Amino acid sequence: MHNLTIAELVKGLQSKEFSSVELTEHFLARIAEFNPGYNAVITITADQALKAAAAADARLAEGNAPALCGVPLLHKDIFCTEGVRTSCGSRMLDNFIPPYSATVVENFEKAGAVMLGKTNMDEFAMGSSNETSFYGPVKNPWAIDSVPGGSSGGSAAAVAARLAPAATATDTGGSIRQPAALCGITGLKPTYGRVSRWGMIAFASSLDQAGPMARTAEDCALLLGCMASVDDKDSTSIDHPVADYTASLNDSMQGLKIGVPKEYFSEGLNPGTEKAVRQALADLEAQGAQLIDISLPNSGLSVPAYYVIAPAEASANLSRFDGVRYGYRCEDPKDLQDLYTRTRAEGFGEEVQRRILIGTYCLSAGYYDAYYGKAQQVRQLIRKDFAEAFKQVDVILGPTCPSPAFKFGAKGDDPVAMYLEDIYTIATNLAGLPGMSVPCGMVEGKPVGLQIIGNYFDEALMLNVAHQYQQVTDWHRQAPEGIA
Amino acid sequence: MSWDTVIGLEVHVQLATKTKIFSGASTAFGAEPNTQACAIDLAMPGTLPVLNKQAVHYAVMFGLAIDAEIGKESAFERKNYFYPDLPKGYQTTQLEKPIVGRGNVEIQLADGSTKTIRIHHAHLEEDAGKSLHEGDFRHGVSGIDLNRAGTPLIEIVSEPDMSSAEEAVAFAKKLHSIVTSIGICDGEMSQGSMRFDVNVSVKPRGSDILGTRTETKNLNSFKFMEEAIAREVERQIDLIEDGGTVVQETRLYNGETKTARSMRSKEEANDYRYFPCPDLLPVVVSDETIEELRRAMPELPDARQTRFVEQYALSEYDAGVLGADASMASYFETAAAASNNPKLAANWTTGELAARLNNEDLSIAKSPVSAEQLAGLIVRIADNSISGKMAKEVFDGIWSGEGSADEIIEKRGLKQVSDSGALEQMVAEVLTANPAMVDDYINSDEAKRKKKLGGFMGQIMKASKGQANPQQVNQILAKKLNELL
Repeated sequence: MHNLTIAELVKGLQSKEFSSVELTEHFLARIAEFNPGYNAVITITADQALKAAAAADARLAEGNAPALCGVPLLHKDIFCTEGVRTSCGSRMLDNFIPPYSATVVENFEKAGAVMLGKTNMDEFAMGSSNETSFYGPVKNPWAIDSVPGGSSGGSAAAVAARLAPAATATDTGGSIRQPAALCGITGLKPTYGRVSRWGMIAFASSLDQAGPMARTAEDCALLLGCMASVDDKDSTSIDHPVADYTASLNDSMQGLKIGVPKEYFSEGLNPGTEKAVRQALADLEAQGAQLIDISLPNSGLSVPAYYVIAPAEASANLSRFDGVRYGYRCEDPKDLQDLYTRTRAEGFGEEVQRRILIGTYCLSAGYYDAYYGKAQQVRQLIRKDFAEAFKQVDVILGPTCPSPAFKFGAKGDDPVAMYLEDIYTIATNLAGLPGMSVPCGMVEGKPVGLQIIGNYFDEALMLNVAHQYQQVTDWHRQAPEGIA
Repeated sequence: MSWDTVIGLEVHVQLATKTKIFSGASTAFGAEPNTQACAIDLAMPGTLPVLNKQAVHYAVMFGLAIDAEIGKESAFERKNYFYPDLPKGYQTTQLEKPIVGRGNVEIQLADGSTKTIRIHHAHLEEDAGKSLHEGDFRHGVSGIDLNRAGTPLIEIVSEPDMSSAEEAVAFAKKLHSIVTSIGICDGEMSQGSMRFDVNVSVKPRGSDILGTRTETKNLNSFKFMEEAIAREVERQIDLIEDGGTVVQETRLYNGETKTARSMRSKEEANDYRYFPCPDLLPVVVSDETIEELRRAMPELPDARQTRFVEQYALSEYDAGVLGADASMASYFETAAAASNNPKLAANWTTGELAARLNNEDLSIAKSPVSAEQLAGLIVRIADNSISGKMAKEVFDGIWSGEGSADEIIEKRGLKQVSDSGALEQMVAEVLTANPAMVDDYINSDEAKRKKKLGGFMGQIMKASKGQANPQQVNQILAKKLNELL
């Protein structure tokens, strides 16, 4: 059952081939057996899941079940879940039980999905390796000495290891696409504003966007259809109709104009990764698509701009964690200053503290114009680059990240090396564009991701390209050793 | 040496919206601590602000009232600082693009002349919660009440155009009058609905160079504001004259002890690290909305004062007092219409009623005597049913809930006796009973007689238990005594 796609599971559930309770028990059993090796799931909600599954079975029996009725999935622990601990991978929220659920969580509840538990992540989504989690690193199912990517490493590893058919994730600078690439699964970051941020713990509000992770593009299409909504509770959610993302999956690639940015194939790109991505481009060309060389001249500025804007926003977003109202509080504070200082020094990990400091510095009097002001200008330039490119092409393709999964500790002492993991993904967040990653090869036994970038609200087209690619390749069907 | 005083004000006005600026929690005053703070107000993780449209409309209305430029696209920023009553660790406010731009407020000075105070801008922001320290709370423990957190405010920033405490108070009162007249603030100063920060500096008379200013924060009454400014001016002048220099600092004034102290110096000031709030879109106000609000704008105090003079023939002074306060104005107009006697309605509203309300620290909205009840009393004064003296007694009765004027007059038997037969009888009896007084009257000269009439008057009023119509008694008495001459 765990090798079936969501599309297949929905069919199986509706034709009563198996029940949601059976399916849920099966995945809970897999989590119990395999998760200790991966540390991908940090909260298991077995009782709640079985209750929800039984309810889903009842609805299925009545015959008026919603789209994902009875399908189990995992939520990244950044989404608030009413009554269930939501830690954001941090000691700061180790004891935090929200009294409300994220809109994403509610949307999946409405669609009848069954939550199995919550997945591990880099602390407050700050990281590209899942090494910053308070709950310890997640291991890559393809190579347990290697990182799964981050920050949605728990979600990606869980889907790769078939602990769940799907998981929710979030992407601020590549946190869906990079771990999807490193774990050999399919992940989609929608257009900024497509999915509500209500109840999703903020890292960098102008960049954060939630999206689905699954094994196939078709599954991502099904999931996005349920996840996306216009939300009165999120002022930045955009009032744009939610498409039936499955409707155009089978459209032909004939005449599709694919932009290939030269900046995404330059120094620093692993030759094996490049080869796999070039092959994927050739596969799509063989299906009738047209490859067009393009340039995104300001790409090189995206990492520095991002590492000003994201920490600046984070420095304010994380101020609420002060030990006063909820979350971690240091013991016996001697005064207010001591309460703040020790709570935040003890409650936040090193990377989070680094970014709060960077952000605070960038916004300080005398530095604002040079850093934050400049970074916002760069952001405009990057938007313009893409706007120019999309005048010529329908989608932009390239590698998701420079190389396959690296070993634990390999970049631990060098934050800049770690930040460069997101060199190909960050620009889309700065521009607010949608991007996805699709498995497209293997290097040294580790998966490689093909990135597909679309124009605003062109998720359906991106999913179409990914689905067509997955019709002629089987990278997305491969499983780590011992899993299938 | 003589000195010039330079004063600028920052005024926080709580907007009278039902819910908070970024959440659906109630803004009602006086609830149990922390019962009106929702997940957004508590800054729970993952919560997001949604702007209250009514707050935007109220801010625009203020802009229209002071003839200001309206920011058709304004933006919110985050002002970062840590304090326990600031749950997010930043205040969402406006800096670079405020909703209200430059405008003007005209004030009236004591000598009757007017002066224009320029408004630099006014911006929308959220209020913080309240910290309750020892004494207000439990011994050795500080408490936090977040009911007020997220209450919508406009902060009105004036240019330093005022040159005395009196002018500053006149300006503050005028703002109070404007915001209550257009209905965007309840004006309840004691509940913190309007709070003033005053920036004060002094310079040698006539000098073009401004002195170093201090800011005294959070004054919540006109009286405290006036005192605080007077003391600060005096302090600065003394300091300079003694060879010292004024330090730029933030000060706190304690209205109880009438003393001020330094809260923090410029060096200790926060670097607020403002930046645009990424959770909120720019606020766009369309021309249509502005026009709609302009059309629906309630009457402004200046226009109302002019109208009161024209429509009700009130004196400039009465029109000024009644026109400045929207609820008082409306009370007056109701009483004037119901009694068909604007003059008496104005006298009673600004006189007896205002004094009683003031004594008992009540707003006119909470007046135990309704405008209709006052009108009922005025009708009986006007038709001579009761004397002015009795009217006060009847007013007291209405105040303490004994019923309408007519009911009280009836119940207490206060109706004036105007039956001339009965009055003649009464006068005759008094004259007969007091032959010595009558002789005295007859033997006095013309000038003294007038005075002596008062003696008879007193006797008659006493005999009638105050119910005799004094004008009539006067006439009858004069007639009868003159017959004896």
